[in-house]
Amino acid sequence: MIMAESQVNVSQPETNEFKPKIAAFLCNWCSYAGADLAGVGRIQYPASIRTIRVPCSGRINPLYVLKAMANGADGVLVSGCHPGDCHYISGNYVARRKFALIQSLLKHVGLEEGRVNFSWVSAAEGGRFAEVVKGVTERVTALGPNNGVFKVADGGGTDE
Amino acid sequence: MNSIISDIRETARQLLADGKVDVVIGYEKGSLPLKATPCFVRSPQDADKLIWDETCENNLAAFATKTAGKKAIVAKGCDSRALVVLMQENQLVKDDLYVIGVSCQGVIDKKKIEAETGEILEAIIAEGKLSVKGIACDKEFNFIDVKDATCQTCRYPNPVIEDIHIGGSVEVPQQTVAFADVIEMENRTDSERQAYFQEQMKKCIRCYACRNACPMCYCSECFVDCNSPKWLTGGVDRAENLLFQAGRVLHLAGRCVDCGACSRACPQGVDIRALNRKLTKDVSEMYHHEAGISEEVKPALNVYSADDPEAFLVKE
Ligand code: SF4
Ligand code: SF4
Ligand code: SF4
Repeated sequence: MIMAESQVNVSQPETNEFKPKIAAFLCNWCSYAGADLAGVGRIQYPASIRTIRVPCSGRINPLYVLKAMANGADGVLVSGCHPGDCHYISGNYVARRKFALIQSLLKHVGLEEGRVNFSWVSAAEGGRFAEVVKGVTERVTALGPNNGVFKVADGGGTDE
Repeated sequence: MNSIISDIRETARQLLADGKVDVVIGYEKGSLPLKATPCFVRSPQDADKLIWDETCENNLAAFATKTAGKKAIVAKGCDSRALVVLMQENQLVKDDLYVIGVSCQGVIDKKKIEAETGEILEAIIAEGKLSVKGIACDKEFNFIDVKDATCQTCRYPNPVIEDIHIGGSVEVPQQTVAFADVIEMENRTDSERQAYFQEQMKKCIRCYACRNACPMCYCSECFVDCNSPKWLTGGVDRAENLLFQAGRVLHLAGRCVDCGACSRACPQGVDIRALNRKLTKDVSEMYHHEAGISEEVKPALNVYSADDPEAFLVKE
């Protein structure tokens, strides 16, 4: 399921302008609800993200992030509840340690800063969710297309 | 034969004769020069197979989890740390384990020798010196010059747990700067590091020897073998090799005991250590945890603190 959803081969109208595709892993209880609130409130934000709903930020396997990059996503956004607000009490605390290490490792192997982004957005922060997406989109747009550190040339072979 | 070897053999013989263990996991002479091979001694008569020297490079803890019954295991510092982690992770039961601790002077990095002599045909180790007969040339080495990179920065040559200690202890070498190798790498620019790791990943043939040599890679189904989801194709691709290595090193965060078995097992000379050491440094700086030092301390990624650093968050 997740694999199918993290494919970001959505066709876009032909323009010369670079429009990044960003895989957004959002936790069900806060950030996904925050995105929903932004939608209900008609708050505009770039249509760059492809949302993948996960039960908790603690459910995020580091491989989701790497695989999204391998399959050609130009950027990744991972978002969960603010520390202290986890629906499952400590999911995001545990996730936080993993996230810090993922971010550090990605920088170490030469992935540009700003391709993979982590944030906390609550269910009440519709406006902030839009701002985060805007900021991430701007940064990824400035970086340009996926630089291929993780992008697999023949990624099609893994699309099962 | 030195007294360490005779003591290991005697201990193994006694343990087996008394029925205290079913098997003693140690090293025997391998079929290639300068390479010991793991061995499983099940009867007192076989105890004379056991050896101990600078070629005992495997981390035997990797075999402890795969061997049923009560077992004794010859353990150097890093092996004993791996055993501690495995017990913390409920992969080993303390009552089934008898640790024959041996302090370690470091092991030989065969690749350093082969770079000069070509394939090694014959080698003799004596008094801190190695005389090697190679395909390309014969050469004498000082052990200190061909010591594995991991052993050069090792801070735990003496076993952290043991039921019996064989031989003397080894003085811990003083390090002026901890993680000097990682700091050097961090100080390079992003594009230099990117180029470095791409170069390394180009060499990888995804034989998974690194994973198989690692005591912490005991998963019954590794993500690389998983079909659904299929994280990796069967093909060898620089980017996909990095996905494998990055995935693996993240699985080892806070668990890797820096034994270097993965790097030594690699037939392609991939600098796997540069990734593992980076996360070891991060875990130690961010969460003040060192893997396998104490059975009481919880592994870094099993716990959290309300004020863990959040520098990784997107800047708004
Ligand atoms: S042992 Fe070396 S070549 Fe084999 S998979 Fe590991 S890094 Fe790649
Ligand atoms: S990753 Fe390498 S250095 Fe770390 S425990 Fe495994 S084999 Fe040892
Ligand atoms: S690489 Fe990860 S999944 Fe594979 S055996 Fe090691 S820890 Fe398990």
